[in-house]
Amino acid sequence: MAKSYVSATINGEQTEFLCETQQTLLDVLRDVIGLTGSKEGCASGDCGACSVIVDGRLVCSCLVLGVEAEGKTITTIEGIAQGDHLHPIQQKFLEHAALQCGFCTPGLIVATKALLDENPNPTETEARYWLAGNLCRCTGYDKVIRAVMDVAAEMRGETVG
Amino acid sequence: MNYIASDLKVVGTRPIRPDGVDKVTGRALFAADTRAAGMLWGKIKRSPHAHARILSIDTSKAMALPGVKAVVTAEDFPDIASEEAFVGEGPMNFRDLALNVMARGKALYEGHAVAAVAATTQAIADQALDLIDVKYEVLPFVIDVEAAMAPDAPILHDDLFTAGVTPVPTKPSNIAKVVTFKKGDAEAGFKDADVIIEGRYTTQPVHQAYIEPHACLATYSPDGQINIHASSQGHFMIRAYTAKLLGLELSDIRVNPAEIGGGFGGKTLIYLEPVAVALSKKAGRSVKMQMTREEVFRGSGPTSGATIEVKLGAKKDGTIVAAKQVLKYQAGAFPGSPIGPGCMCGFAMYDLPNVDVVGYDVVSNRPKVAAYRAPGAPITSFAVESAMDELALKLGIDALTLREKNAAKNGTKTHYGPTHQNIGFTAVLDAVKSHAHWKTPVKEGQGRGLAVGFWFNIGGESTATVHVNEDGSVTAATGSPDIGGSRASIGMMVAEVLGVPAERVRTVVADTASIGFTHLTGGSRVTFATGMAATQAAEKVVDDLKRRAAATWEIPVDAVEWKDGKAYPAGSNAGAFEPLDLAALALKAARTGGPIAAEVAVNAQGAGAGFGAHIADVSVDKETGHVTIERYTAIQDVGKAIHPSYVEGQIQGGAAQGIGWALNEEYIYNAKGQMENAGFLDYRVPVASDVPMIEAVLVEVPNPRHPFGARGVGEVPIVPPMAAIANAIRSATGLRMVDLPMSPPKVRAAIDAAG
Repeated sequence: MAKSYVSATINGEQTEFLCETQQTLLDVLRDVIGLTGSKEGCASGDCGACSVIVDGRLVCSCLVLGVEAEGKTITTIEGIAQGDHLHPIQQKFLEHAALQCGFCTPGLIVATKALLDENPNPTETEARYWLAGNLCRCTGYDKVIRAVMDVAAEMRGETVG
Repeated sequence: MNYIASDLKVVGTRPIRPDGVDKVTGRALFAADTRAAGMLWGKIKRSPHAHARILSIDTSKAMALPGVKAVVTAEDFPDIASEEAFVGEGPMNFRDLALNVMARGKALYEGHAVAAVAATTQAIADQALDLIDVKYEVLPFVIDVEAAMAPDAPILHDDLFTAGVTPVPTKPSNIAKVVTFKKGDAEAGFKDADVIIEGRYTTQPVHQAYIEPHACLATYSPDGQINIHASSQGHFMIRAYTAKLLGLELSDIRVNPAEIGGGFGGKTLIYLEPVAVALSKKAGRSVKMQMTREEVFRGSGPTSGATIEVKLGAKKDGTIVAAKQVLKYQAGAFPGSPIGPGCMCGFAMYDLPNVDVVGYDVVSNRPKVAAYRAPGAPITSFAVESAMDELALKLGIDALTLREKNAAKNGTKTHYGPTHQNIGFTAVLDAVKSHAHWKTPVKEGQGRGLAVGFWFNIGGESTATVHVNEDGSVTAATGSPDIGGSRASIGMMVAEVLGVPAERVRTVVADTASIGFTHLTGGSRVTFATGMAATQAAEKVVDDLKRRAAATWEIPVDAVEWKDGKAYPAGSNAGAFEPLDLAALALKAARTGGPIAAEVAVNAQGAGAGFGAHIADVSVDKETGHVTIERYTAIQDVGKAIHPSYVEGQIQGGAAQGIGWALNEEYIYNAKGQMENAGFLDYRVPVASDVPMIEAVLVEVPNPRHPFGARGVGEVPIVPPMAAIANAIRSATGLRMVDLPMSPPKVRAAIDAAG
């Protein structure tokens, strides 16, 4: 089957790839480009482990076709840290022990970035509903939500006790 | 050495875990993230039928498809004999596992593997699966546990005869085993009782639902050497099962432990690895396999659904004088439900004079069950702790008081044999009594439930090495896959013994060729047993460092003291020498005996049993039947929290899984014996908006058998939630829910039935 040529900006870099029409953006990221930080937990848009930001919008990359990435700007978990400086969300996840196995963690961090880009001052309920598309089976979400609320406050410049 | 009464500098603090940055940046490599040159994709063809004889499998069309490099069926695997296996968690037979990995003769459940292909792309592999022509003779099937026990039920295995009954049966049965435990005289006890409570409870199979599907990458080399990258709870377990199922030597197989994306017991057995190796051998190329989510639900093991009858007899003052339980656990298609622990754990929290427990291990046409966090205990405890609530109500005694009155203490002989020692159950109940949640009145319109839980915890075989590197930094290696922070806890114990900061120790999980045998990560054993091995290895290193300092200073070794990561002369008589730290001693290593390293292998005994108590406040929407968890507190004796954040995390995560088990999760079957909800949309695990903050309260009654007092913590927290929530619903509505899950339709139906 003929492959399609696609050009997109991925984590700030102009990226070109060839993909089959049925390949999802998740397949492309993982198997074509080698960005394996986005995970496949369900391939049906239910678990959020493959969350990426496409043109400012949080999506499950398993529900986007690779060819749809043409001309888009995409941020994956690999693009969240700036060089060797962790993003404050990543740092707070570590400090709050907001991960156990770490498999859902990339998706949760990308989803949190999208949340705080849109709403820097979420309530706990807003954070819980925003992250309701990201399944975590290990933590019971307690420390995840604490990390999100803490980093939101820090990024707003508020001192947190 | 024992550090329980010591002034600790690292243990009990909350450093950032050694593998943390890899996991927040997406660098951590899980099994599906690994690749090999020329790699093929392996896929499994699964039975659409719940029960069917396999008449023929024609693979010729699949093999003819361009891009297909290998097809395997049961014919490509040795037909191994029945043999008990002790390499996973819970009972297993190598032959059963072989038949589960690839059906031979019969498909025993919808989703049972019948063939597999390896192809150059996933799409071609999927096409090839459709081209494999399997002719079936569809057989009558049975799904429900009690239906499977009926005399006229369709029989799964012609060679399965009920064990544990006399006379030895001559007719095959779906009842694999009957187990009984008796203490005292239960019938006499019930005659003495002032009050008797009886109830019948049912639970549905629930899946561990780890977010990472099973995956592996296998390479068979022409010299017979095999390399496997896989996600599991035990790479030595993968090696043992793969070798046995393929008739190979253990030393021919090297298993590299990929990061594991959750397991909860479900990755203590194997599904893919022998298939990937067989495909790789046939194709002469590496083969990667990963299950889809649907395959995880249909083809890998949930835990048992069950029917449980409970009878309790008590005096008016609340003293329980007799207790009885009949438990029927689904094993899935092969024997081996957690019926043993089910029979033991329900009453393990109480000091009971007369107990009678009977358990049945029953096969039916469902996926073979796998361990799930405190296997068997949550099911039995849902029934017993619900019955305890009914007893408290009938006696007019507070739920906590009833439990205090009957609580097991040190010296209590259990109905299954052992006597409780060094347990902290009383301290847990004291913590409930003094907790603000328990003391705060229940809010208007809500209900409150209390339930307690028990898990044995285990020790067992572990190996650990500690190396002081040439610059004085430290590497600790173990054979225990890190499923939720054990690199951190093990590194912290090593750092404490060496007297260095936690960050100075890097902990790694070594592959099967690089470290001694280590039993799998399960039974809440790693921080206890592997932690013990690592602590002892660090102690050996300290002894060696003292010897080297003594040699450098030319003084006796007992004149050297190790403190805060340095060797000091012990007192003024020893001489005046500048202390030597790890870096200084490492620099001199070549002249003082060579590399500084120690390996310790243990078979750890004395894992302290764990007890927990959960308090749930709920509200019930009478229109929809929806239950909201308004407040949740989980109190547990953890012995000693090595890294308190990850101990809290275990408790919070276990409680949340229990909330899902209580309110949502279940396998739903259609009339053909096929699972109808094999996806996260319809099999709904709790999401962030379903749960409140879960307060984890750590009670620390040290386990004297561990150097730092640790007990296993990961399993206890899934035991109490179902009954705690059922009891809270009873408190809120007056309705006793006896069938899990307590989903909106069932709660609404109960409300309607009550008028």
